[in-house]
Amino acid sequence: MKKNRLGHWIAILLGSLYFVVPLIATFEFSLRKLRGVYSFEAYRVVLADPQFQGSFTYSVVLAVITIIFGLMIIVPTAYFVELRLRSLKPVVEFITLLPLVVPAIVLVFGYVRLYNSSSILPLTASTRGTDFLLACGYVTLALPYMYRSIETGLRSIDVRTLTEAAESLGAGPLTTLRRVILPNIRSAVLSGAFLTFAIVIGEFTFASLLNRPAFGPYLQLVGANRAYEPAALAIVAFAVTWACMGIIQVISRNRTAAIK
Amino acid sequence: MASLTPAHSTSPASPPLRLPWAWIGVAPFLLFAVLFLILPTAFLVVGAFRDADGHFTFGNLRELFSPTILSAYWISIKISAASALLGAIAGAFMAYSAASGGLPRWIKPTLATFSGVASNFAGVPLAFAFLATLGRQGLVTVFLNASFGLNIYAYGFNLLSFWGLTLTYLYFQMPLMILIFTPAIEGLRREWREAATILGASTWQYWRYIAGPVLMPTFLGASLLLFANAFGAIATAYALTGSSLNIVTILLYAQIRGDVLHNQNLGYAIALGMVLITALSNLAYIWLRVRAERWLK
Repeated sequence: MKKNRLGHWIAILLGSLYFVVPLIATFEFSLRKLRGVYSFEAYRVVLADPQFQGSFTYSVVLAVITIIFGLMIIVPTAYFVELRLRSLKPVVEFITLLPLVVPAIVLVFGYVRLYNSSSILPLTASTRGTDFLLACGYVTLALPYMYRSIETGLRSIDVRTLTEAAESLGAGPLTTLRRVILPNIRSAVLSGAFLTFAIVIGEFTFASLLNRPAFGPYLQLVGANRAYEPAALAIVAFAVTWACMGIIQVISRNRTAAIK
Repeated sequence: MASLTPAHSTSPASPPLRLPWAWIGVAPFLLFAVLFLILPTAFLVVGAFRDADGHFTFGNLRELFSPTILSAYWISIKISAASALLGAIAGAFMAYSAASGGLPRWIKPTLATFSGVASNFAGVPLAFAFLATLGRQGLVTVFLNASFGLNIYAYGFNLLSFWGLTLTYLYFQMPLMILIFTPAIEGLRREWREAATILGASTWQYWRYIAGPVLMPTFLGASLLLFANAFGAIATAYALTGSSLNIVTILLYAQIRGDVLHNQNLGYAIALGMVLITALSNLAYIWLRVRAERWLK
């Protein structure tokens, strides 16, 4: 038994080493911009770069739009499918799994050809249109995760009873959704939202091929032209991902605590 | 709980207008799916069977088997398969060790949290991290050289190669496997092991005839999911190697950018080929998951 446990320790240690060493290396590398001393110079340069600020803000705004837009189409769908349109469930689930089957680069290829300036719906002809297309692309990327999160939330509450209670008090479907269902699945919605944020913030393929000044293409550009700044940016990106996942953990822990 | 204030009762006398609310609620989603998922994909699929003048042809699909394109597919498949298989094996071991290896209790939730972060830490920043680690000036490269006189680049290692990219992909593949596989391991009932031991089974026999067959569908299914995950990835590879590594996503990226193949419809055919490959591996994954759930209820 003692020998067995040693093997498990080794597995965990080797794995942790593989996870942690690149982080340490990246951090160490990011501090080396000034010759001979460790400094945060690379971070200072990056954070002061107007292009960084611009692209990061752009991506944050786009992530928020993606989340709102995604929730607006996914929450009602998941709710009505759960409540009334049970027969539609396999179709909706199949659709939500499609983004895992069709790679992002294929999808954006389709967008570029289908919505170019000479098509019926020339979304890429204007900046705003392209932004909208990009947000739609991000909604599809987030679709599998967001839908699953919300569906789990809906299943953990008694949708039918809550709806009937709301209706017998005179609430219409919109009021029921907004004031009864949404508050009850708040933690699921937030989990989905932060996961979406983590996915969207550094996304490269869509933004690059639609030529929008997002954070992902900016990262790529810095990577191709600078030495130490990319490492600093990698640490920043890791911190953002970590923050999103940490918030999700806290939210879901509160949810379990609330149920108990 | 429900935060509904009692409705300000309006006139309950008139019966409410019965609108098909459920369909109104689902319609935007369906419209969205048609416009931004199904139509774009269908457009490419149809385009793959057309020539430049719009006539039906199998010519584009035939051209997929030209050496450049075939080798791009092949390298992609090799990297995806290698990173999926290695990630699945290593992830399964770690999940098992953390879940039932008799280690301190804090290890499992810590590993789960970290896996959640690392499986989402992909794309361009991941490439930067590995350049800082195993690039020519990377910490580990320099450390090995200075401490042991081991110059890994002299021994033929290159981050911008098949093994380099595989090693990098493992950084999100392994955590994903840990996340998928941990529930399966927790589904192994202790009674099964006890029953086997009482009947005189050795540890090896337990794994060979009981735990192995129960876990195998989950393991294979997860491997396929990891495969599709790596197959469609581009950002990490592009940031790491520029366009020097000829994998199919990078080829397609170049084609979208500037029609490097001088045949628009050939680009569609490449996209179709990619969708077919990821669709097949996803179908197999779903089939295996249905099998796996038979035991893990």
